[in-house]
Amino acid sequence: MIALLKREWLLAARHPGDTLAAMLFFLLVTALFPFGVGPAPETLARIAPGALLSAALLAALLPLDRLFAAEAEDGSLDQLLLSGLSGAQIALVKALAHWLTTGGPLLLASPVAAAMLNLPVGAWGVAALVLGLATLFLSLLGTAGAALTLGARRGGVLLPLLVLPLAIPAMIFGAAGIEAAASGVAWRPFVLLLAALTAAALPLAPIAAGAALRAE
Amino acid sequence: MLLTGANGAGKSTLLRLLAGLVPPAEGSLLWHGSDALADGPAHAARLRYLAHADALKPGLTLEENLAFWARLWGGGVGSALAAVGLEGLGHLPARMLSAGQKRRGALARLALAPVPLWLLDEPSVGLDAASITRFGTLLAAHREAGGMVVAATHVDLPLPGARALRLGGAA
Repeated sequence: MIALLKREWLLAARHPGDTLAAMLFFLLVTALFPFGVGPAPETLARIAPGALLSAALLAALLPLDRLFAAEAEDGSLDQLLLSGLSGAQIALVKALAHWLTTGGPLLLASPVAAAMLNLPVGAWGVAALVLGLATLFLSLLGTAGAALTLGARRGGVLLPLLVLPLAIPAMIFGAAGIEAAASGVAWRPFVLLLAALTAAALPLAPIAAGAALRAE
Repeated sequence: MLLTGANGAGKSTLLRLLAGLVPPAEGSLLWHGSDALADGPAHAARLRYLAHADALKPGLTLEENLAFWARLWGGGVGSALAAVGLEGLGHLPARMLSAGQKRRGALARLALAPVPLWLLDEPSVGLDAASITRFGTLLAAHREAGGMVVAATHVDLPLPGARALRLGGAA
């Protein structure tokens, strides 16, 4: 599994454009909000938690449809399935690699986005924590979605339709957590609930993805 | 064993079935008398499957491509490349190789670590005469060591004395 993770890392390093594209997409989407709702600082701060999370989840969706499709096209997927790793192990590594190459970099960009949305500085830390957990949740769900839609015609369109509704709980708890931190009340319960969701998805989503890969 | 038959006769499907990638619609797959698919990873560990696609990542060099599989399966990258005559090209990204060189890169996976069973789907596509001779040496060494080969092909392969199975077409 370490070997596979190393390979994913090496591949991502050879194609840094994918990671950069997700980061820039995230920043651009958050930059759109001030134009749309007007530059009034109170309004912006009010919508900041939701806007940050929506933008991050959308940005993390971008590279998902190539997650297994690229492997299937060049024959690597068959070889991986015969590599002695189980389908679930492959999916887990894929999900982690996806998070490391998209969710992680989004964390680096989150202070910039938070500043653009006039989120109080005191809430930036919680915002980064929430974004990290929410994107990890999406990476896990998205891996299962990518495995399910593999081979489907227009799987790239189907994938968000499958995955985004499932990400709603992460959206609710995540946005509530950032908002609580911004207004100075206890944010911990919300973030813990989000962490619990992610912890539940950590074993379950790869198992589902692995079964889907086998059945493909 | 040589597997022949018209296009669409089911050669590739049979190989994928033997590899455990597709489940049989009926019947079962036996290895030494016991169900091979009961333990998928154990079955996968005793075979190498060479598909139509070469499974080389275009962005990685030939060495990096092979090094990944070598970490999973064991074996030396340098000797595997030498066995298919690609020594000296290991530093090139796989996308810069010709079709025949990519095919040899895929064949090099066979030379990494010994396993009992090779499943080859038209292994000689795109190879020049010298490469086919070299591939013949690889096959001979594998069979010498007691290895089995099941190869689907339309052309003659350097497999002297192999049994042949002709799949009847849908025609």
